[in-house]
Order: sequence, then C-alpha cells, then structure tokens
Amino acid sequence: MKNGIAVDLRNVVKRFAEVYAVDHVSMQIRDGEFFSMLGPSGCGKTTTLRMIAGFEFPTAGEIALHGKLVGTTPPFRRNVNTVFQSYALFPHMTVAENVAFGLQMKKTPQAEIARRVEEALDLVRLGGFSGRRPRQLSGGQQQRVALARALVNHPEVLLLDEPLGALDLKLRKEMQLELKSLQERVGITFIYVTHDQEEALTMSDRIAVMNAGKVLQVGTPTEIYERPVCRFVADFIGETNFIEGLAGGVEPDGVATITTDDGLTFRAQTTRPVTPGAKVTLSIRPEKAFLAVQSPPPGTPNCFPVTVARVAYIGSDTRIDVRLGQGRLFDLWEQNSRSTLDRDAYWQPGETGFLWWPAENALVLTE
Amino acid sequence: MALETLTSEPRESRVAALLRRSERFRLGLLLFPGLFWLLLFFALPLVVVVLYSFATPGPTGRVEWHFTLANYGTLFTESLYVNAYLRSIWAGVLTTLICLLAGYPLALYIVRRPPRWRTVLLFLILIPFWTNFLVRTYAWMIILSNNGIINSIIQALGLPRVALYPSEGAVLIGLIYGNLPFMVLPIFASLDRFDFTLLEAAADLGADQTRAFLRVMLPLTMPGIAAGSVLVFIPTVGQFVVSDLLGGAKVDYLGNLLQRLFTRSNPPNWPLGSAMAIVFMAVLTVAILLYFRITTEQDR
Repeated sequence: MKNGIAVDLRNVVKRFAEVYAVDHVSMQIRDGEFFSMLGPSGCGKTTTLRMIAGFEFPTAGEIALHGKLVGTTPPFRRNVNTVFQSYALFPHMTVAENVAFGLQMKKTPQAEIARRVEEALDLVRLGGFSGRRPRQLSGGQQQRVALARALVNHPEVLLLDEPLGALDLKLRKEMQLELKSLQERVGITFIYVTHDQEEALTMSDRIAVMNAGKVLQVGTPTEIYERPVCRFVADFIGETNFIEGLAGGVEPDGVATITTDDGLTFRAQTTRPVTPGAKVTLSIRPEKAFLAVQSPPPGTPNCFPVTVARVAYIGSDTRIDVRLGQGRLFDLWEQNSRSTLDRDAYWQPGETGFLWWPAENALVLTE
Repeated sequence: MALETLTSEPRESRVAALLRRSERFRLGLLLFPGLFWLLLFFALPLVVVVLYSFATPGPTGRVEWHFTLANYGTLFTESLYVNAYLRSIWAGVLTTLICLLAGYPLALYIVRRPPRWRTVLLFLILIPFWTNFLVRTYAWMIILSNNGIINSIIQALGLPRVALYPSEGAVLIGLIYGNLPFMVLPIFASLDRFDFTLLEAAADLGADQTRAFLRVMLPLTMPGIAAGSVLVFIPTVGQFVVSDLLGGAKVDYLGNLLQRLFTRSNPPNWPLGSAMAIVFMAVLTVAILLYFRITTEQDR
C-alpha cells in the first residue's frame, strides 16, 4: 500500500440547500503523508473532511479510500477515524474505556484490547492515566486521549479537525511538533484541517489551500509559500505586497516586465504563461525586498528611491513601511541580525533610502 | 431618628462581634428558618402519622391511644389492601414505562429542532397544564364513554362499540396523559446538555446507531430518565382522582382506600389509614433507592 493513494476525491460536490459547501473538489492524498486542508472558515475544508469520515455524503462525485468507493458508506463501516475539534471524549467512561471503545465495537478479544489500549496510551505519553475521567484531564491531555482513541484502531486514514484549536499558543506549538513526530512513527496518513497557516506549514508534507468550496492549490509548504498560483493563496499564506499593472514582454528566462498606471516599471518572475498587455498582479513578500542607504549600482532591477513612513521594531525583525512613487505604501522586513542599541543602526521615519529586490524574488500572478 | 441610630450602634456591633466569634452560632442562625419550616411542616406531621399508625381505632372514629400492631397486620393480610398496593404499584410502573417510551423520543425530537421550534413545541406540551386537571380528566370521560368520540368513530365505520370507560385501561390512559410532561421535561433538559458530537464519535469508532445509543446517549441522559421516572411514578402510585373518575370508582387503588379510610368510611379509621401511608412511604423509598442505584451504576 505504500506510495499508493490513500484518499481519492473525484469531482466531489456537497450542496446544502442552494449553497455549495464543496464545489467540484478533486485531489489525491498519498499513503503515509501528512496532508493539510487550509483555508478560512466556510471554505469547505471541514465538510470535505466530514465526507471522508462519512458524516456527510457527497451530493455528487466520488470518494475512494485505497481504491474502494465509499460514497454512502456509513462512518461505522469505514476504517477511518477522526480526532474532533472538541475531542468528543465520552465523559462517562475512563480514559482506558474511551480508548477501548473502537476495539470493543470490532469485537476484538479482551486480552488484545488491554494490550493495544496500553500501547496507544504509551504512544501519546499518557501511561498512568487509564483510570481517569476526561474531566480530570487538562486540555492537552484530553487531546492526546482523543488521538490514542483514534490511533488504537490502526485506521487507514486519520482525520483531524482543527484538533489544536482549543489549546493555548505554547501548548499548541508543542503539540504541533508532537503530532508530526507521532505521524512519522506510526506511518498513518493524516488529513489535517486548519485555518492556521503556520500550523499547516510546520507539520504538513503537502497542503491544499481552499476557498469558497474550491481547492486553489495543492503543494508542499515551500511551493505554496514561494510559488502561490493565485492572489488568494499568496495573500492567505504569509504576508505580501501586491502591485497591479500591465504585463509587458516576457524574456526567455521567464522574467516579465510590468508597468503600473502611475508609471513604475517592475521586473518579476513568471511561473505561468503571461500574455503581453494582460492585467497582472505582482506579489513580493516583505522579507524578500531590501532597503539600502546608498543607491545600488546602476542596472539593479526594481530599484526605487523611497521615504520611510512607519517603523515597527518587533524583536527578531523590524517592519518598515516605505512610500514609493506617488504615495504607494510598501511593507518590508529587515532582520535584526546585529545586536545593538545604536539608534542609527535602525531606520527612522522620514529617512530616505533605496528599495530594491532581485527579479526572481517577485512573482507575477495572473489570477 | 439620628439619636436612635447613634445609641443602637454599639449594640449592633456587639451582636456582629458575637456572630464573628462563633461560627457555629452563625450557621445555626442561618439554618434556623429552613430547619424550623421542615420540622413544623414535614417532620411533625410525619411523627403524628407514625404515632397514629400504632394507635387503636375507636368505635366512633376517635383515636384511642392503645399501642397495637393490628393496623399493620390488617394491611398485610387482607386482600383488599394487598391488592390495592399491588394494583397501584403496577399502574405506577406501567405508566412510568409507557411515559418513558413515549417521552424519550418526543424529547429527542424537540431537542433536535431549531431553537425557535423548540420553544413552540415545549410550549405546546405545557399548554394543557393551564386547564384544571379535573376538567382534563372529565374530557377523557367524554372521549372514552359509550357515546364518546372514539366509539362514534368506531360506529361510523360500522363496527360494534367497545366498552372503554369505565375501566382500568381508561385509568391508565388518564395517568399517562396527565404525567407525560413530567417525563418529557427532565429528559429534554438532559438531552439539551448532551453533546451530539459524541454520537458522531461513537459512529466514527465503529458503533452502529443502536450501540451508539446504548453505550453513549442512554448512560449520559440517565439523570433525566431517573428524574422523570420518579416524578411520574410517585404521584401515579398515590393518586385517587383519575381512578375515581375514569375507573368509575369500581376498582380500588391506594389513594382511593386512603381517602376512604380518612374521610368517607363510617366511622373513619385514621390509624389504619396512617399505617397504610407509612407502608406506602416505605415502599416508595425502597423502590426509588433501588432505581437510583441501578440508573447511576456507571457513574460510581
């Protein structure tokens, strides 16, 4: 089964009344990968997850689990388990009883249940907690019980619906790393739903970015961040400056010239064919642009004299808003790689300088 | 006025100091109204009833204070009383059971409606309570009688009439009708607190609907079932009005005998009635303790 397709979504549609919650989604989730569905609330990621679990049935399209069509198979006949956002632990059962529930339903022999429950609790480092009730545990511990309760069944696919949403920031970061290493140890396919881009980038092998019921891009975290295919993805993942303009010619190395209506000319990387004269958007991330005191050598691309408008020192970086052209604001981040209290080492509002970036640091978006 | 306030002030603070010094005294003072109430209106009458139950009935209905166990003896030997106990308890069990079987799905249905509809439906359940209970029971007489609505329909269909009223069946219908809301409301409350995601979790872990219900929903709504059952069972076992009206005063339930012993028989027999009430209370207490023992098993 390794390197096969764990979940295959083919043109899946889910309509509630007249609203398309999931609008013709097709994607393939590989065996053993950590796959995230990322998007704002209402983008259809949770509905997609619920269809894979069997809590909802698609209005149209097909879902296959390891090649087997499961369109209208009820959840209790799918070898898929879910970690719920609210954990949904059974409050009247002990931790061990919660974890044993799935195995009992499958009529597993008593001795094997005991052994596997213990194994699962050890896996999530809750060895001594089997006799406790869920309400006697902290949020993080409940979270781990929910994980153990799902993993003990050795599911084909583990579905996680914003499982870290209820935890505080520090615990969330710890659990992110723990989840990732757990997934690598057990080798089970994880499908993870989140609206937190950092979470998705940290843990995932691949990410599907969704909006308004559609999948906009599927790719590795690097691909999603460095080569977004559209404006929505570039905007949703990380931060960026958008500059709208008209495309000029594209050179053989893929660098295009873009002219704005206030007369600025930029050079940027294209990843898709661009028709000369088309309206395009240029995306340049704040950490990929630079601010120089002195004018860079002539011939430096994308070089503009600017005035510093605002400066925010945030510790690791200084975030600087500069004004270029006719008052257009541009955001750039400078890493504070030198430790100093010297005021002159930092930009101050009102100072002038030169903004520049290499052409390959900016991206031409056609959508 | 001002002078009064001034002079009374030191005394007040002395009382306050006393209160602060003696935690026990303060507690006693706070408990006093409640305790007094309970003693006067609950414990005292109970003591009186217990004393009566060991007294001898006089020839004119006056109570004579000679200690005797004869009252209790009568209760356990004369079939009239034994049967009344059994019949009442049986009616109580049956009513509770049917109310539970009808009330649980009804409560579940209401809980799953959108909030606006829930309010409307709960309201509909409560509306009959605005009419006097007697009037509602008379209504059932009209529905069930020989020339009543049901028999009219049966006749219109060309079928022979059925003697529905008065009968023990009619009593049961009246009891179920009158008590159903007391079952629905507590179950509704416990279902309202129930997290329905737990059913999805159970299904996700391989439980079909039946097992998800038995293993997750039923145990978690048990407090509502227990409360509803007690609320239905106790008044049903002790009632006398419904059996009087819908049973045609032909069969004796506990309540009817009690009523007769205290007020209608000539001469009245208060000691026997008291003994009957005490046994009744003992039976109910044991039944309820047992019931709670069973229904809250999982929580211990």
